Amino acid sequence: MPRMNAAQRHVVDFTLNGRNVRAQAENRMLLSDLLRHEIGLTGTHVGCEHGVCGACTVQIDGKPARACLTLAQQVRGSDVRTVEALSPDPAELSPLQAAFRRHYGLQCGFCTPGILMSLDALLREQPDAGMEDIREHLSGHLCRCTGYATIVEAALSAAEEQRKEEIPNA
Amino acid sequence: MKSLETAGGLIGRTVERVEDAGLLTGRGRYIDDLPVRRDTAHLAILRSPHGHAEIRAIDTTAASALPGVIAVMTGADVARLTRSMTVGVKANVECWPIARDRVRYVGEPVALVVAENRYVAEDALDLIEVDYETLAAIVDPEKALAADAPVLHPSLGTNLINERTFRYGDPETALAAAARRISIRIAYPRNACTPIETYGVIAEYDPGEDAYDVTANFQGPFSIHAVIARALNVPGNRMRLRTPPDSGGSFGIKQGVFPYVILAAVAARVAGRPVKWIEDRLEHLTASVSATNRVTTLEAAVAADGRITALCWDQLEDCGAHLRAPEPATLYRMHGNMTGAYAIENVAIRNRVVLTNKTPTGLNRGFGGPQIYFALERLIHKVADELGLDRLDIIRRNLVPADAFPYRTATGGLLDSGDYQTALDRACAEGGLEALRQRRDSARAEGRLYGIGYATVIEPSVSNMGYITTVLTPEERAKAGPKNGAQAVATVAIDPLGSVTVKVASVPQGQGHRTVLAQVVAERLGLPLASVRVNTELDTARDAWSIASGNYASRFAPAVAGAAALAADRIRARLAAIAASQLNVTADRISFRAGKLFDRENPDNAVSFGRVAAASHWAPDTLPEGTGQTIRETVFWTPDELQAPTATDGINSSLCHGFIFDFCGVEINRTTGQVRIDRYVTMHDCGRILHPGMVDGQVRGGFAQAVGAALYEEYAYGSDGSFLTGTLADYLIPTVMETPEPLILHQETPSPFTPLGAKGVGEGNCMSTPVCIANAVADALGVEDIRLPLSPSRVSEWLYGEECPPSKPQGPAPVATGASGERLLTGAGSADVVATRDSVWTMLLDPNTLKAIIPGAHEVRKVSDTHFRAEVTLGIGPVKGRYRADIRLSDMVAPEAVTLSGGTEGALGSGRGTGRVTLTETANGTRIEYRYEAAISGKVASVGGRLLDGAARVVIGQFFQALARHAGGGVRPSAAAGLIQQLSSLFGRRR
Repeated sequence: MPRMNAAQRHVVDFTLNGRNVRAQAENRMLLSDLLRHEIGLTGTHVGCEHGVCGACTVQIDGKPARACLTLAQQVRGSDVRTVEALSPDPAELSPLQAAFRRHYGLQCGFCTPGILMSLDALLREQPDAGMEDIREHLSGHLCRCTGYATIVEAALSAAEEQRKEEIPNA
Repeated sequence: MKSLETAGGLIGRTVERVEDAGLLTGRGRYIDDLPVRRDTAHLAILRSPHGHAEIRAIDTTAASALPGVIAVMTGADVARLTRSMTVGVKANVECWPIARDRVRYVGEPVALVVAENRYVAEDALDLIEVDYETLAAIVDPEKALAADAPVLHPSLGTNLINERTFRYGDPETALAAAARRISIRIAYPRNACTPIETYGVIAEYDPGEDAYDVTANFQGPFSIHAVIARALNVPGNRMRLRTPPDSGGSFGIKQGVFPYVILAAVAARVAGRPVKWIEDRLEHLTASVSATNRVTTLEAAVAADGRITALCWDQLEDCGAHLRAPEPATLYRMHGNMTGAYAIENVAIRNRVVLTNKTPTGLNRGFGGPQIYFALERLIHKVADELGLDRLDIIRRNLVPADAFPYRTATGGLLDSGDYQTALDRACAEGGLEALRQRRDSARAEGRLYGIGYATVIEPSVSNMGYITTVLTPEERAKAGPKNGAQAVATVAIDPLGSVTVKVASVPQGQGHRTVLAQVVAERLGLPLASVRVNTELDTARDAWSIASGNYASRFAPAVAGAAALAADRIRARLAAIAASQLNVTADRISFRAGKLFDRENPDNAVSFGRVAAASHWAPDTLPEGTGQTIRETVFWTPDELQAPTATDGINSSLCHGFIFDFCGVEINRTTGQVRIDRYVTMHDCGRILHPGMVDGQVRGGFAQAVGAALYEEYAYGSDGSFLTGTLADYLIPTVMETPEPLILHQETPSPFTPLGAKGVGEGNCMSTPVCIANAVADALGVEDIRLPLSPSRVSEWLYGEECPPSKPQGPAPVATGASGERLLTGAGSADVVATRDSVWTMLLDPNTLKAIIPGAHEVRKVSDTHFRAEVTLGIGPVKGRYRADIRLSDMVAPEAVTLSGGTEGALGSGRGTGRVTLTETANGTRIEYRYEAAISGKVASVGGRLLDGAARVVIGQFFQALARHAGGGVRPSAAAGLIQQLSSLFGRRR
């Protein structure tokens, strides 16, 4: 890694939602600020900036990570995925997103992108995820509106749907 | 009016929300997502680290000189361009959004910086030097009333800002005649529903027109718009306030953004460019807004059969450092229903409002309900227990009879509708109360701690905008003129292609207003849901609005959705007249269904909605004589039942009154004191249900917040006013793991006073659930003085008494003698150094050596032989900051002992402390022994409280480690050893 200067902006090359991105950031700039205010992808939300609420969760190389605890410079060469990439088609919802809508898994929607990114990673890594796995992963997120029950229902429903699709005749 | 002609009407159906597609794909537009002008600068706010202090001087020179800084302002600068905010009671105080010569709570704004970006703005905050003279702080509302208590506002001369007494019926006679007088005293803590999105403001000033244009995630009530405009010294039409399309939760809290609207507006004016401010989480927890804490004594006159004949309330409300609009509304919002769900004829109330060194209070879900029901429903349990009667029997005996509605309460409320007895019976049966009782009995038979609690609550909704004037005397009210009503507004518009748009001033924060309004209007006009589009953004310069606009007091379903139905009905009547003329039938035969208007008696005789609807645009000449346009209809609706307070202080504070009956079973872990909610049943009668999925969503969401309030959440203050819960790791919001799933039951008794029969439902569990859980814990433990939150440590105290001191002393524990109320750190230790006592002594007094060995020291300056100044950077817990330290030496006995005393001051907080260092000769060199005590306040106390002791030990350990290295002594630690072990082995430290 080249030697960097605190007073200057430095290039950050990474992959964002499948596209190569070249951005500029000061050393101290957070990934959340880079995504939101430099690149303009505002789907990733900032709720606490100290890693507790989970609203800013994105995927870095497939793993959920808090964008507010990640410096922009740390994602050089990484593959970053945000909520904007969850649905393959802008006019459609992914099965997980659709399950959230079906089960009223959101109200204000502010914590939702982070929750979706955690659950998306979970269901990819662990297609057989059950209630306890889902609750475990959700416990890293704060939601103030829903009381969580409908989020768990949505996640369970999405997991089940995914399993049906993978084993067509099961 | 309520006949539904659309087959399978849309109202009452759980349809998917129209809001969700955008929110699920990252396309929501919250305040921080909105595009701004290219020259927009960022605002950062310097806040008080002290609970109470005089500001002697503020030096902004270095901050102003920082490249990228555009403007730096202090309270004096803001005051030059604004006026004090309106205070809702008659009292000689001012209320500014920024401190002028005195700070009164931790987090109070002290200076503003506008800079090119947020990073630079926050850098500049660190360069502002404020010279404070700390004053004694007061955080306990009862102590604030003491004759010798420090007074926050010298102009007021006391901390008691308002006191009123009320008398309804004949409470004295009822008390005198009562078989029993039973009372309870409770202290309800501070908490807040803390939305996940914080406050945000984008402000602009046009000097040519002397006009402000502000976008803020404000939630209403828009009566506050008047407060903002007055404070900014402009007429209402020069204070344009807009809200973003989406808002990340509010629960009342975002009412409290308005002082920042004023600050950002002034900052934009001074900076000469638009200014944006996004609050951070520490700012939000420390200084946004919270519910009130309240001390209540409630006494009941009780007949031998358990019938309550009188209630005497004594409420002491703590509104924090300033009485900010609309306070003291929390204290008066429930005034019409102070008798809860019970028919009690005689009521006495004494209401006092006190100011303390805490953050000013404001709207918070439940608004006044949690505080009163905690007292009332704890008392109901106690009455039953003292009379030896069943608790449910006491509740039943006192409920308002089912045939008594509408029922006028003693204090002037008008309970619109209900059947409390049936709702309660159904809840017990369908919720399985009998099985729960058996479960309790068998748990107790096994020696486990298990309890059942009940709570019966009237949930008021649609606030009377005049209720707050109950705080004024009848004479003061007569002078000020009456205030009443609750204007709701909705517009239904049809465009030239015949599609329908609904516009309301409801400002939702996730409640799904757009979906419900589409349901209501589509049903009224016989259209599919998707053909109605709803806009809920509010712009005071363009939209229809009034003081009651906004999203609070659970007014959406009863008032706003009702107004939309009325607007749709007016357009519908005109469309029917137009269709009738086109179809050659009378208007009363026209039906609306599936996008068509047709003759009910000959459905083939039909015309499309679009064709009828477009006539007003394209061919107004063809409208039948006397039929008005169908382009746009705006309805303002205010219910007649919301009258101003009467001359005898009777007030119908809310239009609708839902009913809630909850019961729950809890088990308490005997070892840990942890409270586990085993079963929770909540029965709601919120009138007609417009969208069952959303109603249950409101119930579950309120319930989860109430579980937090009952078990985990408290805005905790040290007695010096330090705020101790400044992160979400300190202020504990329930996660999925802590949130049980309640059984939700419904009964529907429509309100006769609202257009759709709906009542509010959003706040009820915040009122019922904390006391229901508390009652269950009281039942399990047999403890009367139940305090929230029911943390394991608190419950353990009830189980085992206060924690005993450890049987084996952990070392020479110094006596803590710091000023009262500060967070005190004490510690002691010793270290062996391979150097002579004289050389260690010299090192300790040499600035160059000190610079080398003080952890994080940038500079150590010797002012005199006994006075040093240092600049250090220290990380404590998650917070790293730069501090200025001022150290004086005294009681010097060279080379044996010295006392170091002094203070540190930095952006992150301040500390004062004393340490005594003694040097003794040993066989190999010198043993250094030290003991210290230090008091810490400010941001570090807020965010790192739990870590401070350990951090202080580590830092002081590092100091002596460095000293040992510097002296050329010490033993290298083993690579595997932990830090504490390393230090211990290095210094042979004794504990």
